[in-house]
Amino acid sequence: MKSGSKLEKILESGQFAITGECGPPQGADRSVIERKAQHLKGNVDAVNVTDNQTSIVRMSSIATCAILQQMGLEGTMQMVTRDRNRIAIQSDIFGAYALGIRNILCLSGDHQSFGNHPTSKNVFDLDSIQLIQTVKQMRDDGKVLGGDEIKGVPKMFIGAAANPFADPFEFRVVRLAKKVAAGADFIQTQCIYNLEKFERWMEMVRDRGLHEKVYILAGVTPLKSVGMAKYMKEKVAGMDVPDEVIDRLRGAPKGKAAEEGISICVEAIQRLRQIKGVHGIHLMAIEWEEMVPVIVQKAGLLPRPTPQ
Amino acid sequence: MIVGERKSLEEIRKMINGYKKVLVAGCGTCVTVCFAGGEKEVATIASALRLAAQKGGDAVEISEATIQRQCDIEFIQELKEKVEQADAVLSMGCGAGVQTIAETFGGKPVLPALNTRFIGRTEEQGIWSERCAACGDCILHLTGGICPIARCSKSILNGPCGGSKDGKCEIKSEVDCAWQLIYDRLKSLGQLDLLEKIIPVKDWSASRDGGPRKQVREDMKL
Repeated sequence: MKSGSKLEKILESGQFAITGECGPPQGADRSVIERKAQHLKGNVDAVNVTDNQTSIVRMSSIATCAILQQMGLEGTMQMVTRDRNRIAIQSDIFGAYALGIRNILCLSGDHQSFGNHPTSKNVFDLDSIQLIQTVKQMRDDGKVLGGDEIKGVPKMFIGAAANPFADPFEFRVVRLAKKVAAGADFIQTQCIYNLEKFERWMEMVRDRGLHEKVYILAGVTPLKSVGMAKYMKEKVAGMDVPDEVIDRLRGAPKGKAAEEGISICVEAIQRLRQIKGVHGIHLMAIEWEEMVPVIVQKAGLLPRPTPQ
Repeated sequence: MIVGERKSLEEIRKMINGYKKVLVAGCGTCVTVCFAGGEKEVATIASALRLAAQKGGDAVEISEATIQRQCDIEFIQELKEKVEQADAVLSMGCGAGVQTIAETFGGKPVLPALNTRFIGRTEEQGIWSERCAACGDCILHLTGGICPIARCSKSILNGPCGGSKDGKCEIKSEVDCAWQLIYDRLKSLGQLDLLEKIIPVKDWSASRDGGPRKQVREDMKL
């Protein structure tokens, strides 16, 4: 065991994992997290907490993870390199570990031009791959980047992201290999709507034998409406929403598009489960957490395992 | 070259407000090439300021002078007489030029007429783009001659990130993804193996992060 987190134990035991997501509020109201957590508890193995996603100021990922932990859920702290240099990053990892956080997802982060502080200065002292290396060095060598010995080593289960739909497509698996070489233990992918393309990508992953070196959790997000699908297709960076998906939502009877969105999501999970090398699902029900129990149940993923 | 852009007439007028005699000083090097602060641009802003002053009934006297290089004291000395006659100097040079004039003529206020933008090149007539961030530790041999520090929006060293689509950056559809350019270039050079290796954490102390930079060449000192 590298970290002993629940997520690690489930993946290590060969069981199909499911992780959820919780976007913190744009303020200091913890009841927002408590409400979201109620829908996630018992339905997912760990909950990703985003780190100021789309560069909009929100409650910190560490604090939100700590609240989730208090409620008996396991958090996965997302950490972006946009806002912190290597000093702040390592300091926050110490603090997160001391608060009981055992999973980290290493990201570079959306550019600040997307958010509510477009005139801010970004940091990017490290990139996501270098962040993975840093967390691994802290865990396995017990040293900070500068070389000093750590007293009280943070043993994190290290996650990274992969986007099979970004360009250049043929380089995406090479970049995944770099993340694995850097020390990633698990991967969570961008939301998958184009399953054919994802299957092609997984074939390339298996050709390199990467599915045996890292746990891959396939990302899914249920679509609420035609409008949301179009927004994802046109406005969200690195997203591939095929027209068939939008047509299917459009073809649903009046007032039933959301229901159709859930069906599409459940079918995707079932198909993704069949792909060799997919070790779990990362379910991102964005501002729709109440549907998580329904999706997980319909996908036949309940009850969730309770490792010791 | 260093690429600069002239500030708006309104901003410049606000800056010189209250001075009776203003010397507009041009620079004959980088900012002449990018049409921001050479002799021609000095003449243009000088007449615009005179006209505006006339219209507003302000009694301000504008003089002009352009020297070869504002970042070199040897050339700046040529301005001495005109600076002495002025209340303030409006420098059309880059930030280094403005400061060199200020350091040379201690008692005289020196005002910046330009915003110094970046180190770059002329893409075509009227278009300049950034190429170098002066980070002090060049890695262009690893990236096919394309700089990720200056040209990737996140300055990442192991790209492209998940926001690269159809060769463009996630921040704007007109911005090229530097890492797509790097990938294409290394592919054409048969050097894609370079991208299999992780570029390690950067030593930013060679950049501005190490404090103000200074270079001393003992062999060149007199």
